[in-house]
Amino acid sequence: MNILSPVRRITSYVCLLAGIVMFVASLYMDITGVKNDARGTLLVVGVLLIIAGLYFFPTLKHHRTIINILFLFPLLFTFAVTVIIPLLLGIYYSFTDWNGIKMTKMVGFENYAKMFNQPAFIWSILLTFLFVVFNMILVNLVGFLLALLCTTKIKGLGFFRASYFLPNLIGGIVLGYIWQFIFANVVTEIFNQPWSWLANSNTAFMAIIIVYIWQYAGYIMLIYITGLTTVPRDVLEASAIDGANAIQTLFKIKIPMIASTITICTFLTLTSAFKQFDVNLALTGGKGSIPDFMGKYLSNGTEMIALNIYTTAINDRSYSLGQAKAVLFFIILATVSIIQVRISNKKEVEM
Amino acid sequence: MNREPKKSTLAIQFVIAVCIALYILFPFFLVVINSFKYNTAISEDPIGFKGASFEQFISNLDGVVNNDHFKFWNAFGTSAIITVISLVLLAMFGGMAAWVICRNNKKAWANVIYFIFIASMIIPFQVVMLPLISTFRDVGKFINISMLQSIPGIIFAYCGFGGAMTVFILNGFIKGIPFELEEAAYIDGCLPEQVFFRIIFPMLKPVIMTVTILNGMWIWNDFLLPSLMLGLNGEVKTLPVAVQAFVGSYVKDWSMILTAALLAIIPMIVVFLIGQKQIVQGMVDGAIK
Repeated sequence: MNILSPVRRITSYVCLLAGIVMFVASLYMDITGVKNDARGTLLVVGVLLIIAGLYFFPTLKHHRTIINILFLFPLLFTFAVTVIIPLLLGIYYSFTDWNGIKMTKMVGFENYAKMFNQPAFIWSILLTFLFVVFNMILVNLVGFLLALLCTTKIKGLGFFRASYFLPNLIGGIVLGYIWQFIFANVVTEIFNQPWSWLANSNTAFMAIIIVYIWQYAGYIMLIYITGLTTVPRDVLEASAIDGANAIQTLFKIKIPMIASTITICTFLTLTSAFKQFDVNLALTGGKGSIPDFMGKYLSNGTEMIALNIYTTAINDRSYSLGQAKAVLFFIILATVSIIQVRISNKKEVEM
Repeated sequence: MNREPKKSTLAIQFVIAVCIALYILFPFFLVVINSFKYNTAISEDPIGFKGASFEQFISNLDGVVNNDHFKFWNAFGTSAIITVISLVLLAMFGGMAAWVICRNNKKAWANVIYFIFIASMIIPFQVVMLPLISTFRDVGKFINISMLQSIPGIIFAYCGFGGAMTVFILNGFIKGIPFELEEAAYIDGCLPEQVFFRIIFPMLKPVIMTVTILNGMWIWNDFLLPSLMLGLNGEVKTLPVAVQAFVGSYVKDWSMILTAALLAIIPMIVVFLIGQKQIVQGMVDGAIK
């Protein structure tokens, strides 16, 4: 169809005009406070009409630009409303006395000072770091060993790979409750223990790590399998001819050759362990008693930082404090990720 | 390798593999077996078959599916609608945006947008969640359409949150499509939008598969976003939110909770059995890119 055809021209002008009228009318209603249930529909229809009008706009020269804008608009708009604006607002709110709905005044760094005076929060941070370190090592180790097992010549490899990956399909909330049942009823039954692992802070923390490995190792395994299958066959053959045994082949050839895979997996486990929330909430709810930490009794012995932010804001209704913690969480995560990427990049260059 | 591994080595490896598989699948077995039991039978014997009966399973199912907090079919439908529409929109909008960014990669604005998308992937959900709720509440009030307790609102949010990763993966793929292909179409008199929808978009099929699997796994299982937007006691619930609300209402009634868990994991396992190869491939591709 000719882009300058009269039909397009008329459609464009009509759409643009109607769209702008509707848009302005709904804004007018909103600002003047006229109660009209149709104003939302009017606004949305108006915007859609403006988009249609722009699309049909009779211009050869700028049609490309218009298409560029229209193609970028949906994603950029949703992205701005859900990520960028809340991020900026969030950073701003963390310096105010925001209560989730409105704010009255700026308080400077008060929220930040307050959170560092909370032993419970410090505990959460330390626990999160501990969790991250444990998981980065254990999930990678288990995932790698599983991958080695799944690249041997045993029968039924497809079944084993699929079953090892299976836990990864299930959401953390459901998983958390299933494992709560296992720790509370089954483990006690099997080991004939009178008390559940989840009743004690230390064992409950171990329980979270076990569940997390159970859920995540299969995924990491898949990535390692892909890495291991890219190790060239002739290199392996050459090493076999030179008389290298399995362990030498593993450490001298396979591991150095999959360095980039190791980087990816470390990064994945690092960030996902930091953000761990669902399993933490469903398995222990963050509960657990710590008799004495920084001179205080704590009841959040297994609460990691993501859950701490949630309970601060949602359960305790301290929105600005929770937001300040979230900003700190963001800074920690960004710093760690950047350092991690730097280090791995350097290592890869050296290889 | 030209030398075959020894039989005994293979046997040992096989036994180890079986043991690990048993360990990993054991929780699933427990969920299934215990959803066939009454509560007292579970506390007596949580591992074996004792006390399991089909009648009890039906009665458990009945108690769960029609429970006021769970409402399985509603939750399942809500989750399915949200996931499917979000995935379709993300694939389409993501493809459009990635194409525009990729074909203007010599221009500063495209690079700035791309950089912002990439940088935003580091942002944890916790730092935006509280202002997000208040922003959505305000926007909802402003346009007089509820954005919080509504399916469209959640779909909107998923488009925003999934956008960065989708653009990132699609962009990498579009870079590899030769520009000559498009040039020929332009010479034939195609408009840019025709070039995209008739030539580029169909070519994106394999990579859209990857982003759909990655986004799908995340959206279907996501708990925090829907729980904050919909609330645990709201009218509309996704499956994970319904499970949480249900468990909160039943104190340690394991026969009910495990039956609910079974219902919640079945859809995912069915999908996995159907598209196992693609899912595994998609998960790996997404991580490597």
